[in-house]
Formats: sequence, structure tokens, C-alpha cells
Amino acid sequence: MSAPARLTRFEAGSAVERAELPELAWGEFESALLAGVEQGHRVVGLFGAAEEHSTRLYLVLADDRGARLAAGTTAIKGESWPSLTPRCPQVHLFEREIAEQLGLRPEGHPWPRPVRRPPLAAFGGDAAAAPDGGANVGDFYRVEGTEVHEVGVGPVHAGVIEPGHFRFQCHGEQVFHLEIRLGYQHRGVERALVGGPDRRSIHYAETAAGDTTIGHATAYCEVVEALARCRPPARASALRGIALELERLANHVGDLGALAGDIGFLPTASYCGRIRGDFLNLSAEICGSRFGRGWIRPGGVGFDLDPALGERLAARLKSALADARSAIELLWETPSVMERFEGTGTVARETAAALGVTGPAARASGLDRDARRDHPSGIFRFHHIPVSLADSGDVFARAYVRWLEIQRSATFVREQLAALPRGAARVEPGELEPGRLAVALVEGWRGEICHVATTDARGRFERYEIVDPSFHNWSALEHALRGQQISDFPLCNKSFNLSYCGHDL
Amino acid sequence: MIRLLRARLRQGHRTIAFPDGPPPELPERFRGHPVFAAERCADGCAECAAACPTGALTVEPKLAVDLGACLFCGECATACPSGAVGYGRDHRLAARGRADLVVDEERAVRLATALEKKTLRLFGRSLKLRQVSAGGCNGCESEINVLSTVVWDLGRFGVQIVASPRHADGLIVTGPVTGNMRLALRKTYDAVAPPKIVVAVGACAISGGPYAGHSEAHDGADSTVPVDLYVPGCPPHPLTILDGLLRLLGRIETEPDRR
Repeated sequence: MSAPARLTRFEAGSAVERAELPELAWGEFESALLAGVEQGHRVVGLFGAAEEHSTRLYLVLADDRGARLAAGTTAIKGESWPSLTPRCPQVHLFEREIAEQLGLRPEGHPWPRPVRRPPLAAFGGDAAAAPDGGANVGDFYRVEGTEVHEVGVGPVHAGVIEPGHFRFQCHGEQVFHLEIRLGYQHRGVERALVGGPDRRSIHYAETAAGDTTIGHATAYCEVVEALARCRPPARASALRGIALELERLANHVGDLGALAGDIGFLPTASYCGRIRGDFLNLSAEICGSRFGRGWIRPGGVGFDLDPALGERLAARLKSALADARSAIELLWETPSVMERFEGTGTVARETAAALGVTGPAARASGLDRDARRDHPSGIFRFHHIPVSLADSGDVFARAYVRWLEIQRSATFVREQLAALPRGAARVEPGELEPGRLAVALVEGWRGEICHVATTDARGRFERYEIVDPSFHNWSALEHALRGQQISDFPLCNKSFNLSYCGHDL
Repeated sequence: MIRLLRARLRQGHRTIAFPDGPPPELPERFRGHPVFAAERCADGCAECAAACPTGALTVEPKLAVDLGACLFCGECATACPSGAVGYGRDHRLAARGRADLVVDEERAVRLATALEKKTLRLFGRSLKLRQVSAGGCNGCESEINVLSTVVWDLGRFGVQIVASPRHADGLIVTGPVTGNMRLALRKTYDAVAPPKIVVAVGACAISGGPYAGHSEAHDGADSTVPVDLYVPGCPPHPLTILDGLLRLLGRIETEPDRR
């Protein structure tokens, strides 16, 4: 199936001239979006930029089966636009973001609440007058009734975990509705990237969601390289692939341990806590940092490895994977674990599709999507990792998809270490070209990471949009909790393990 | 059951001997305490300072690095044409005072010393900390979490991360303190009964890190609460955090010439 007519088509990891993007009338823009989603395309970017007498909306659709992106723009004059959320739920947060950033009103949006900041209107339009305390202002969705009660949790949580506020509407133990209000981690990442690239830019990417340093840094570098018409060497692409999969290995192993911890199954919890470190330490052997800081750089990688180190890493990988197998397979063999995992926090396939869910959470609900296969860049153009799927959409499915991915990522890393292309590991990316738009899609361990950048007439970032997978997936967690016991919230939450800072930016 | 036992045997005993034994070996490329060779810096090209993302490295009046702002990214070392600055493998970085974190060729970081006698008597054998992430990227948070795994086993020192400020003797703060988290941080601090301590972990919590100067954040924990221990890094290695906590508790004695 092809992308809707009139949109400019290009590949992820490449750039187009801004002037080439069609400027659509609202009706065309709306039907391009709705028809695209109807055909199974996903909205990976929808953002606004203020212009002199109007606001320009940019749309980026991903056509997974055609391995193409499609983009177009429209101008909004006036103070509102007709919300598309009622007909296309996956844009609900994008529309709230546009409303918050540009002071426009999405007419007919069912839940126009802040995303990261208190609405400026509440403080007479004066940002400085807003109190410390975050986006968590205003009303929550409420269920009324004599036996209904409300539970509020956060922003500071019981564990070592980032802040966010969860508001439950409950009947006894049963959750009717969960609303998640975030924004506490908002540091101004996207705003600070404007005017770059400069010496801090890569560090913003590396800390946008610090547990996904490789994923976000790779997306950032792909955007820069597309805008600069630079092709990183083959050796760098392979090393980036190794970095991305090591990050997935460490986090998936850690998540399975944490899931075991949340149901009180201590053997797997304690073993995986340690084995996660074994994978992090493999990254540290190459780049000095357990989180891969400094490893991914525009034009290639900041750290290469020699054959001797490669052999040592392969041996350590083998032993860490064997330890992981012994720890993780206990989960599937233990009836008390399976009893807690199965049927808990189910997200139906249709719900996941409507919300635009991504990553292991999508694959656990039977959505066959993975940017490494659907929109491959770098090493993934040449080397395919089988997509791991499940269909029950529950905690078990999200756990089991991770285990499948662990095994496949380990195989990939082993193969790459044994056959690294020769040559340079980094080239000078050069200057960015002016007046262009670039999009990168990278399948991080949580799901698809999307970076969109436009350049101004001097070749500086005019607009930089980051869409962490959490941006789409927090809504799936809200849905997973419907009809569940509130005591299962920690388990459901961990089965998604979403990023707060990646959402708040 | 047999499989459980078999897995238990396979996984073995993993807790490190440190601090009674040697610290675990860090990777060859680990970037710890900076190492200077200022005599190689003849022409004062200042390429290092130009490459530094946070302004942690300065060349005037002399080559120095503020570990509280340093991201340990090594860009300065890469930029320097003559190898006048680099990063060694020394993991010991934590200090009690903000100024103690500024290091140059003559002066290494002034390592943390133990708490005052009275506080130490209270906390020396049992310290409960509440963690507040105030804009942290989950890097520092993850490395703090690691201290509770079997490898580091923080509990053996009587140190525990607890689930309520009412159960805590202090806070362990990460992140640059976003405007949206400042109130929550202050309320959490107020909810801890005195006497109490605050540990700031990571470049963000010490100086704002990459977010220094952002209008959305407040350049670190001491903008909002008084800080007793600074642990540099982006994020710090778990060993660096543990080393700092143990010095604070007097479990590792800091040599007089390193104070």
C-alpha cells in the first residue's frame, strides 16, 4: 500500500528539502493523516512551529510495509484547529503538545491537558509566575459514585525511580481508570538543541533518556549525517549495531529481574540484577562508560576495538548469556510466576494499534513492527534480526518477548564481533545543509525512537523533535490497568518500564 | 525445585570483597580522576576548553577541571593536540565541599571525610536514604539501584534506600532539580526528621550537568537543599558512589594528604 498522495516520500535516516514538502490545505492534511492511518501507517511525528502570522504543522507518517516515510505540512491561521484525536487516538498527545507549546486550542480534543508544563493561560500567560510543581495542575478524570475512591501516587515514588503522578479511580481493589500525569522531568532538551549542533548537542541526545544513551545518540547522529550528506563507514555501522544490542541486552535482562522482584520471586530478581551489570560492563570495556556515553558520535563512533578485545568480549558475552538463561528460564518453569504474569495487564491488539504503541509492548500484543526491520538503517540494512512476537498482550507476553529478543540480540552481537568490517570507524560529518528536514527511526530497547530536525538558512537546527517510545506507550499502561487490581500496578508498570525523562525531555 | 537449586549453584557467591578487599577492576578505558601533564601544554591553544560541553575545564589561570560539572566525556583529551589532559582509572571522586571538586595538576580532589562525631554516632551503622530524582536521566538512578544488587550489597554497611522520607535519615538526590520537581524535592526534604544529610549524585545534581543554565532547571541540588556529599560522574560508577558513602560513614578512612 502506498502513502497518501501529495505527501513527500523518503526513507528514514535521510533528509528532504523543506521546500519540497507539500503545503496542504487543512482538509488535505487531515485526510492525508486519517487515510494514512487507515491504511496502517503510523504517526511518528506531528509538531508545530510558529511562523509570522500562522503556525505550521508538520506531519511525518511511517509506512512500515513500504519502508518509507511520508511528510507534509499545513498552516493554521487563528487560535485553534479541529482536533483529530477523536478519529485518530494515536495523535492525542501530539495535539496536547502542540497546544501547550504554541498556545493553540485543539477543538474537540477529548482531554486537552498539559503534557510537560502548566498551561500558560493559568498564569496569565506569564511563565515566570507559574509555581514550582509541574504539569500536575488542574483536574483529573473522575469516576463518581458512593463506593468509588481515588488513589494518588507520586511524583516521588517508593523506589529509586523517576517522578510522575498516577491517579487511580478505584472500586475497592479494582481500577476503573488510571490517569498518568508527567512533566516533572522537563529539562528543555528540544529547546536547547535549537541553534545547534554545538558541543552540548550530543550530550542532550545521550541524556534525553539516559538508560537509552545509545538509542538516542544513534538517532541524533543519523539526523546529523542525513543533513550533512555524510555516510558513516561500515565499521562504524557495525559497532553502532553492537552498541544498540548491548543496550537492549542489559535493559531487557534488568527488566526481567525487576519483574521477578515485583512478584517476590527472588532468585531471578537477584541473578538478573547482577547479570544486567555484566552486559553494561561489556559496553564499558569498549567505551569506558557502562551506559555507552561517548561511544556514538556524528560520523561514526568515538571508540573502536581491536581483535583481542573483540575476542575477550565474545567470551564474556557467552558466559553472561548462559547465566541469563539459567536465571530467566526459571520464570517460565515456575507456576507461581506464570500465575502472576498470565492474564495481568492485558492490552488488546486493537488498543495497541489505535494508540500507536511501539517496541516490545507492541510486539507482545501481536503488532508485527520493529524499526530494525521496517525502516532499517546502518548495519540493519544488511543484517536482519528476526522480529520477536507474542499475542496475549499481558505481562507474560511483554516478559517473554524480551527473553526472545535477548537471545537474538546476543546472537547478533556475537556474529558482528566475529566479522567486523575493516577500515575507519569515524569520518568528519561536515556542515549541515540549510533548509532541510531529516527523520531518523531507531529501534531502541523500549521501542522506536524518532528524531526529526529541520535546518534554517544557515544550516543550524531550527526545530528538533524527539519522540521517545514512552511518548506513545504511557497511554498503553493506562489501558493495561483498566479492570486490574491496583496492587498489580507495580507489576504492570515494570512490564512496560517506560521513561519519564524521555517523555518529559 | 531441583532447577532452582541448580541455578543457585551456578550463580554462586558474587558480592565483592571491597572495601575489606581490593575494589573490582575497572575497564581499561574507564574515565576516572583527570590526569594532567601541564608542561606539555605549551602554547595554550585552549582546544580542550573549547571542546568541553559544560565549561568544566578551564585553562586560565591554569589548566583545571571542575569535577562537579565534568561529564567525563573525554572530549577535552581528544581535542588536546599534545596530551596535556586525560582521564585515569582512579574511581575515588566524592567530596564534602563543592570547592573540593576543582582539580588541577597539583591538587587532586579533596576526598570526603567522615561525618561529624555526633551525626556519625547516629548514622555510622545505620543510614536510611530516600532517593529523589529531580530531572535525572535514569543514568544516576540506575547506578544507585545497582548498589542494592548482590554484587555491591549496600545493606551489609547498614545503608538502605527506603520508601518514605519519614523512614529516612537523608536524601540521595539526582538530576539538575527541574522547576517542575523543586517543590516535591523541598517537601521531601522537609519530611525527613533532623538531623539529616543530603547526597548529590552526578553532574546534574552537583552543577546542572548538561542542563546547567537552563531556565527549566535550577543547576543542581544545592539550589534547593543543603548538600553534605557530592559524587561526580555522568553517571558515576557504582564504585564511586559506594566509595563516597563509605568515606562519609567513616568506613573508609581518607588519608590526611587527600583531605
